[in-house]
Formats: sequence, structure tokens, C-alpha cells
Amino acid sequence: MRAVLRALWSGLRRFAAFWYDFIVGDDWRVAAAIVAALAVTYAVSRTGIASWWIMPLAVATVLPVSLWRAARGARSRDRPG
Amino acid sequence: MNGSALFVAVFLACAVEAVEATTIVLAAGTARDWRSATSGLLSAVAVLAIIVAALGPAVSAVPLQGLRLVVGGLLLVFGLQWLRKAILRASGHKAVHDEARIFRDQIEAAAEAPSRRIAGVADWYAFTLSFKGVLLEGLEVVFIVLTFGSNQHDIPLATIAAAAAVVVVAATGAAVRAPLARVPENTLKFVVGVMLTGFGTFWGAEGAGADWPGSDAALLVLVPLIALLAAGIVVALRSSGRRVGIPDMVRGGGRPATVGEEGQR
Repeated sequence: MRAVLRALWSGLRRFAAFWYDFIVGDDWRVAAAIVAALAVTYAVSRTGIASWWIMPLAVATVLPVSLWRAARGARSRDRPG
Repeated sequence: MNGSALFVAVFLACAVEAVEATTIVLAAGTARDWRSATSGLLSAVAVLAIIVAALGPAVSAVPLQGLRLVVGGLLLVFGLQWLRKAILRASGHKAVHDEARIFRDQIEAAAEAPSRRIAGVADWYAFTLSFKGVLLEGLEVVFIVLTFGSNQHDIPLATIAAAAAVVVVAATGAAVRAPLARVPENTLKFVVGVMLTGFGTFWGAEGAGADWPGSDAALLVLVPLIALLAAGIVVALRSSGRRVGIPDMVRGGGRPATVGEEGQR
């Protein structure tokens, strides 16, 4: 019984890891920022104020920041010592 | 978004996945056993067909507003991940995707693995290699078909576009019996990343209650702007220094080098 539960748990973890890697990928902050931007868009749209610009702005901010972090990380690993 | 735009977007995205799956099946068939590799391919296609048949009607039944919020958000996160890797490759901060090298690696690994006959399959290694490759790449195809198709309420057209891409790529692969290294895969990934991000931004915002100026015509501005942003980041990152091989976005190949800090996919 214990072995079955352990195998089931292991299978569930692998399944969750696959979907996490598939959707979220290398930088979870990107996913978190998009979820936050969608929430802000929803909140602003409820007030009647134009909210279409929030998502493009989020993309234009999140993408360069994430890439800058990735590039900086790569360069810092290149440095000796 | 009209039918032809839906078709082109899904066709291109699925063609990229089909190229990767074809490389794996070709390696399994060439190095091991074609019959087992084909069995693995057909088994994976059957599993994928069941998934589409099960999820397609379920997704279509969800109200459009909620669907666009969830699916648009998922597509945007997925698209940004794709675009991020494409930009890192284009700027030289990540090794380019090289089908010829992947094919060689798969052939070498396949040649070393022992041969076993299981459940009527002559070569279990060739079967599982082919099955897993097609299933994993196919899941991405299913994801693209369901997200694009459900948002446009036209899953059949998205399915036809995906099937067309798979048939074209598979037929080419079967004809040349070699990895499709001449397909400009890295350029395609860049284009598809821009499209996924553009559509994800549009649908996500719409699902969250935003009204786009010009309605669907906003996509005609949004997608080129995202392409410009991505190209600008590539230029900025290139000028800030390179880490791995020099990519060639025009040839779509490039000199493979050490893989960077992130996964190859």
C-alpha cells in the first residue's frame, strides 16, 4: 500500500513538474507578473476606465527585465573565480 | 481575427513542434527499428486524438469571457517563455536549436541502448523514444490548437491547420529520411513566440474586461509592436556581450555551442 502511494505521489509530482515546465518555464516571475497584470486589468476595467494598455505595458516591462536578468546571470557565471 | 490568420498562426506554431518530433522519430527509426518507431508514433497520435476529443468539447462549453481570461493568460505566459528563449538564442546568450546535432545525439544514444522485445514490440527502446517524443511535442500542438481554436470558436479549423503542418513536415521528413536541419527553426520560433505573445496579450486583456481600440484590428498593431520590442531587445543584448555560439537567424541554423544555463527547449 505504501509503495503504491509513493509511486502515485511520484507520478503526480512528475505530472505537475511537466506542466510547470511546459507553461511557466525558466522564469516564474514572468508568470507571476502576467497574473498580477491581468488582475489589475480586471480591477481597472470594472471602474469604467480604459484598461487595454495595461497588458501591453506589462509585456513591455516584464520581457526586457527577465531577459536582462538571464543575460546578466549568464555573464556572471562566465567570470572566473 | 479571421480564419486565414488563425490558420497561419496555428500552422507555423505546429510546424515547429512537428520538426522536433520528426527528428526524434527519424533517429529512432534510423538507428533502431522502423516498425517499432512507427508503432510508437501511431500510439502517441492515438493518445493525442483521445485528449483532443475529450478536451475539445469541454473547452468549447466554457463561457467566452472566462475562457479568454484563462486561456489568454496561459497563452501569454507560454508565448513569453517561447519568445524569451528565442531572444536569448538570437542574441547569442543561449545555444541555438540544431536539429542535425540533436539527431546525431539521439542516434548515438540509440545505438548504445540494449534491444528488448516487450508486448509484441520488436524494439522497445525505439517504440518508447518515438512515443515519448511525439507525445510531448504533440501535447504542445494540442495546447496551441485548443487555445487558438477555442478563442476563435473554430477548433475544427485550428485542428486542420495543425494536421496540415504535421502532414507537410512528416512527409518531408519521410521523403528525405534526414533531420529537417534546413528548416529555419530558430527564426520560426522567434516568429511564433511573437504571435503567441501578441494573441495572448489581446485575449488575456479582453478576458479581463478590457475593450481594445479598433477591436480585432488592434492585433495588427500589437503583433508588429511586440516584434519590434523583441528585435530591439536582441540588438541590445547582442551589444552587451555574447555567451554561446553566434546564431544565424537567416539560415536558422548556426554553430552549436555549449548549452547555456537553461534547458535546450
